Amino acid sequence: MKAFTDIVCPTPKGLYCPPGDFYIDPTRATERAVVTHGHSDHARAGHGSVLATKETLAIMGARYGADFTPSQQAARYGEKHRIGDATVWLSPAGHVLGSAQAVIEAHGRRIVVSGDYKRRPDPTCAPFEPVSCDVFITEATFGLPVFRHPDDGKEVAKALHMLEVFPERCVLIGAYALGKAQRIITLLRQGGYDAPVYIHGAMEKLCALYESLGVELGELRLTKDAVKGEMMGKVIVAPPSALGDRWSRRLPEPVNAFASGWMRVRARARQGGIELPLVISDHADWDELTATLLELSPQEVWVTHGREEPLVHWAGLNGLKVRPLHLAGYDEEDGEGPQGDNLKSAEDAAGEPA
Amino acid sequence: MNRFAELLDRLSYTPGRNDKLALIVDYFRHVPDPDRGYALAAMTGTLDFKHAKPAMIRGLIEERTDPALFRWSRDYVGDTAETIALMWPVRRGVNRVPDLSEIVEELDRTSKLDMPGRIAGWLDALDENGRWALLKLITGAMRIGVSARLAKQALAQYGSLDIAEVEEVWHGLEPPYLDLFAWADGLAGRPEHGALAPFRPVMLSHPVEEADFARMDPADYRAEWKWDGIRVQAVSEGGVKRLYSRTGEDISGSFPDLIEAMRFEAAIDGELLVVRGGAVAPFSDLQQRLNRKTVGKKQLSGFPAGLRVYDLLVEDGEDLRPLPFDERRERLEAWVAARAEPRIGLSPLIPFASFDDLTELRGHAEAESVEGVMLKRGDSPYLAGRPKGYWWKWKRDPFLVDAVLLYAQRGSGRRSSFYSDYTFGVWKDGALVPVGKAYFGFTDDELKLLDRFVRDNTINSFGPVREVTHEPEKGLVLEVAFEGLQRSTRHKSGVAMRFPRINRIRWDKPPREADELQLLEKMLE
Repeated sequence: MKAFTDIVCPTPKGLYCPPGDFYIDPTRATERAVVTHGHSDHARAGHGSVLATKETLAIMGARYGADFTPSQQAARYGEKHRIGDATVWLSPAGHVLGSAQAVIEAHGRRIVVSGDYKRRPDPTCAPFEPVSCDVFITEATFGLPVFRHPDDGKEVAKALHMLEVFPERCVLIGAYALGKAQRIITLLRQGGYDAPVYIHGAMEKLCALYESLGVELGELRLTKDAVKGEMMGKVIVAPPSALGDRWSRRLPEPVNAFASGWMRVRARARQGGIELPLVISDHADWDELTATLLELSPQEVWVTHGREEPLVHWAGLNGLKVRPLHLAGYDEEDGEGPQGDNLKSAEDAAGEPA
Repeated sequence: MNRFAELLDRLSYTPGRNDKLALIVDYFRHVPDPDRGYALAAMTGTLDFKHAKPAMIRGLIEERTDPALFRWSRDYVGDTAETIALMWPVRRGVNRVPDLSEIVEELDRTSKLDMPGRIAGWLDALDENGRWALLKLITGAMRIGVSARLAKQALAQYGSLDIAEVEEVWHGLEPPYLDLFAWADGLAGRPEHGALAPFRPVMLSHPVEEADFARMDPADYRAEWKWDGIRVQAVSEGGVKRLYSRTGEDISGSFPDLIEAMRFEAAIDGELLVVRGGAVAPFSDLQQRLNRKTVGKKQLSGFPAGLRVYDLLVEDGEDLRPLPFDERRERLEAWVAARAEPRIGLSPLIPFASFDDLTELRGHAEAESVEGVMLKRGDSPYLAGRPKGYWWKWKRDPFLVDAVLLYAQRGSGRRSSFYSDYTFGVWKDGALVPVGKAYFGFTDDELKLLDRFVRDNTINSFGPVREVTHEPEKGLVLEVAFEGLQRSTRHKSGVAMRFPRINRIRWDKPPREADELQLLEKMLE
């Protein structure tokens, strides 16, 4: 009998599948990659071939140019692909548009790599589908019991309430350009906000892509085209780094909001100068992580990026066989990785001149 | 409780004073009695629950969660009450959400034995935010950036009342302040109370400008030192003794030595200072005694509190405030002389013939304990607030130093896109050592220029902080004004400034011409 690590094992480049000779979300260029979703810490350019959902491939094309890999292989959810001695198929992860869990079958065993996932409904992507398995490799971004995300509709309602309280100001929501921004806009629409949403230039391409893939966002306008006074009482969505950037000076007294799971912790919000924290995350919270592990009850749980230690501890207490993988390199794109919100880091690189 | 929790939550994220006031006023407008009165009590720190303490709350969470998970969480969140609020296991549909007044009244009434169960029941019924607010209420450490003064200001604004009047009646009233809100709502008159030793709103001064002297006759004015201490009101009536700050906060608890020495029937206005062997110690000594809940023997003997008194408001039940300053002064001098209480000394009048005499004296005053001179009209009654034309403060010119900008940090609120907090340094052995930080003193236009300079001259970034070029020939010199200097072990340079601010931006000066640390060290001697 082969060991589980003969089917999937951690390497410096990321998770590797020896029987299929491919990597899952490799952090460096490889011959063959299976990519779970389009965030740049998981989806990098320069691989020899990429298997992913058509949405993920489109996102990678929009970000890196159509030639990001010489060989693209679009996989529908549930569609089996034979690679070497392994079979691979994708199952929805509920994280962002096109996101998937990678299901790998070899030697009569099944290992599921969750990528990033969440369990609550998201109007911009297909919901997570649990797949029973021998080994479940879970993320642990919010692997601490203090992280319990509230109802996202109520969070967005707070932003709309601010517009009522301060009609002469605008609400500037910091949200990552891929996934979070489009989810926020869709939630605003569901919350009854039908005025134009103003977006930062860095969001334009991905919003257009979402719309072309069937996610309706309503009327969007670019902040740079707005005339004076036009944005009063309106919602503006921008990359988090733009909140403290000179770019924001053109806005009418913005109420700085930030949509992230990290906003659950007050000190985090205050350090970032956030006046309106919105606890909205594309990752599973503590309750979702633990419920998923209990629901799947795999033979083994492997924990990757995030707060591995507490989740490993919890899983042990609950009778699961568990090990941390200590994978490096998953932290940047959606700002919800182990390093936390990089609200301050890429400050002037927000993409639009001041 | 939800409405109160929402208020605390909003306040904790709102940086601006006016925005905070608007939030509190809005709360008073929409929340009925007695809840709003208890909220006011919570914000002014007048609630104390003797059976509900932080240790007990910790016990509650330890019974319900794994200790290792709690420890990791606490380390991550950095605040115990918040960690418990977030981790508390949810039990849906167990209880209805209690009112704030119900909670406050129960906390007061419940026995020590029943308290844990009562609190656990509420925590079950509340959401994250409600639990956080409840725990902040119980532990008394709100940290929402609202002072008692600001909360009273909000009440005054809500009822279009005079803040001085609110402060005057405050100390005779009890939560939930029904008579206070009735007054604010115009349904009743100003609450009258028979409380002993209340606070009397203080009389404040205006800064004197060069141009004012032309209209002032020296013969009309009396001069006193402007002490570098804390303005207080010491009141002792019918056995009740209280020491108030100038905003009416009761600070008696921090100064048992002074309270003990208040053997009189009077209300006096004076400066709280540390006085050793008849000499006034610098402000840094007084800081050892401020904001302490309990005072140790070391503080009491090493930093003895004393008063320099300069006004007598009430003597043996007689209100002297309508009398002219000169008459009150005569009564005060006789009063002090009759007491011979070593902790209570008279703040002397400074004889002078012309304002030029004072200019001279002002420059040579005891450097560390005096900030300047007060000028008071001999005929001025004691009026609440800041009436024009009676009292003037004439501060000594600030100290100035030319320092070099080293680091800049982004501000908050409206300044969040500007590098507006500046760390500056002076030369020591050919290198620049940081000596302080300033974030005001410049105009909005200057701020834009400073921000531009920081962005164009960044050599390093650390999160929200940027290090800027600071070489002998390249960098920015800031003329920094400050009020005084203290030794400090916390700063690498060994000195700490009082009230540093940017006085001028020396675009013209190369960093090599900035001052040496030696210059500051000399000031300490």
